[in-house]
Amino acid sequence: MSGARATTTEAIAAARPAAAARPAAVERRRRPFPWGRLVVHALLIVAVAVIAFPLYFAFVISTQEVDEVVQKPPRLLPSIHLVENYVEAWRRSGMGRLLLNSTIVAVAVAVGKILISMLSAFAIVYFRFRGAGLVFWMIFVTLMLPIPVRILPTYEVIGSLGWLDTYAGLTIPLMASATATFLFRQFYLTVPNELAEAAQLDGCGPLRFLWAFLLPLSWANIAALFVVLFIYGWNEYFWPLLITNTESMRTVVIGLESLIPRSGTELPTWNLIMAGAMMALLPPVAVILFMQRWFVKGLIESEK
Amino acid sequence: MKRTVFRGRLLPYLLVLPQVAVTIVFFFWPAAKSLWLSLYKSSPFGGRDVYVGLENFRALLTTPEYYDSVVNSFVFAGGVTGLSVLGGLVVAGLANQKIRGLAVYRTALLWPYGIAPAIAGIIFLFIFHPAYGILPYVVSFVTAYEFNWLLKGWVAMTLVVVATAWTHLGYNIAFFLAGLQGVPDSLLEAASVDGAGGVRRFTAIVLPLLSPVTFYLVVVNMVSAFFGSFGVIHAVTHGGPGGATEIMVYKLWKDGFIGLNLGSSAAQSVILMAIVIGLTMLQFRVAEKKVTY
Repeated sequence: MSGARATTTEAIAAARPAAAARPAAVERRRRPFPWGRLVVHALLIVAVAVIAFPLYFAFVISTQEVDEVVQKPPRLLPSIHLVENYVEAWRRSGMGRLLLNSTIVAVAVAVGKILISMLSAFAIVYFRFRGAGLVFWMIFVTLMLPIPVRILPTYEVIGSLGWLDTYAGLTIPLMASATATFLFRQFYLTVPNELAEAAQLDGCGPLRFLWAFLLPLSWANIAALFVVLFIYGWNEYFWPLLITNTESMRTVVIGLESLIPRSGTELPTWNLIMAGAMMALLPPVAVILFMQRWFVKGLIESEK
Repeated sequence: MKRTVFRGRLLPYLLVLPQVAVTIVFFFWPAAKSLWLSLYKSSPFGGRDVYVGLENFRALLTTPEYYDSVVNSFVFAGGVTGLSVLGGLVVAGLANQKIRGLAVYRTALLWPYGIAPAIAGIIFLFIFHPAYGILPYVVSFVTAYEFNWLLKGWVAMTLVVVATAWTHLGYNIAFFLAGLQGVPDSLLEAASVDGAGGVRRFTAIVLPLLSPVTFYLVVVNMVSAFFGSFGVIHAVTHGGPGGATEIMVYKLWKDGFIGLNLGSSAAQSVILMAIVIGLTMLQFRVAEKKVTY
């Protein structure tokens, strides 16, 4: 890539040596009136509208009565039944419990992954010990073992631990994280070695160094990882479906299915389903909107 | 490489213990057990396991339904990847212009990443609803074709592909935007002096520079669609109609947990393991290249 970019740059620079030095002239000659920008704005607004439409549509349906939901042509404007629909969907699906479970799972998975990844990355970077290479390799290999390739035996393990229908079963097996470990390792390697040396000279032990020096330096990484991992934990479907059997341990993503009418005899209460969907998707979307800076950082850096 | 500075005999082992414990108990042991199970015919009711060699694989590879699920998986993952990577590229290209309100647009484009594919599936389920959905309603003006996902396999596939691609878009837009910020302004200005318009600048300069990011996103989206899409199938189509949306991950779950055919399910796990190892290797090849530029 570096090669390709360098050659293109050089080729163009050689062909037009003065080009880069005349941005102002370019501006004047190429843009007498910003028609181009208007077009870009228009296209972007179309893109935003297309992307947002399904969510808008779900919201609109969630505010209508059943009669309005099934009418033709479909009504694309919100109606006045928002509160009663949300209350009814909340009651019917046991939404309070579902949201509580999802919050517990998402926070526990995110915090757990961050914690155990920080510790193992710290050991790998700041200690020399027998088997360090093996540990690193083991963590790497977990990337190649997603839930579907080990599903039956993992279920057995959870069963024999007595963790079916427990928060431990819902969260602990998801806590191993190669990407978070690599991110912390990468970050620790950029911390100047002198910091650790100076701390050591002052009689600071490894754990105190981790707590008092590395942790405060890591907050940006932790926040970024937290957003991405929270969303991962909240939206996980396969795992909670497998190891929960009781209604009270369901997370919202799988609990919502109970609202969908499967037989023809049930009333098409799509307004309630959409109200439920809105409540299920709002927390992770809100986390993205309010922590956007960290979200983008976490997304991009944890995948390196 | 960093010089190690702390000494301690036991401490490093204690520090890696939680990660290693989770890794062994929930990853290595079950994966090994999957390999082992795939060679046995086991009874779910506590009977003894019988060694059958590669019989489970032979049985699997001679069933047409299994091939259908393989084809469905590739159609599904290919569709999701094509739609969301291409869409992400176009939208990111637009959002990378020097215009007012960029931050607002970006915020408005990224949030679908937070929506679980299963929830997205439920929303699109209503959009595609044969009786009340807005899409079949619109289609009915154009053609008399029965646009009913409960009857037509390809409509059901379109439904789950579009829903999943929608949730992938934000991720791809974020990566393309990051990639676009690495494209030097001087290059674009030079091309602009040469009389290249916006579209031409994009195809001739930006696109080639984005090829590593694009390739990386193709692999990541494939892996995610392949292994992370159980939810949308389970919540929306249940693999139907007539197995048209039964992807490998769904079939594996169905055969193992509903059909209780543990040996076959384990064999399917092993085949998936081979696929994910291949794709991960590919991803790291790409990642290495990405790092060097």
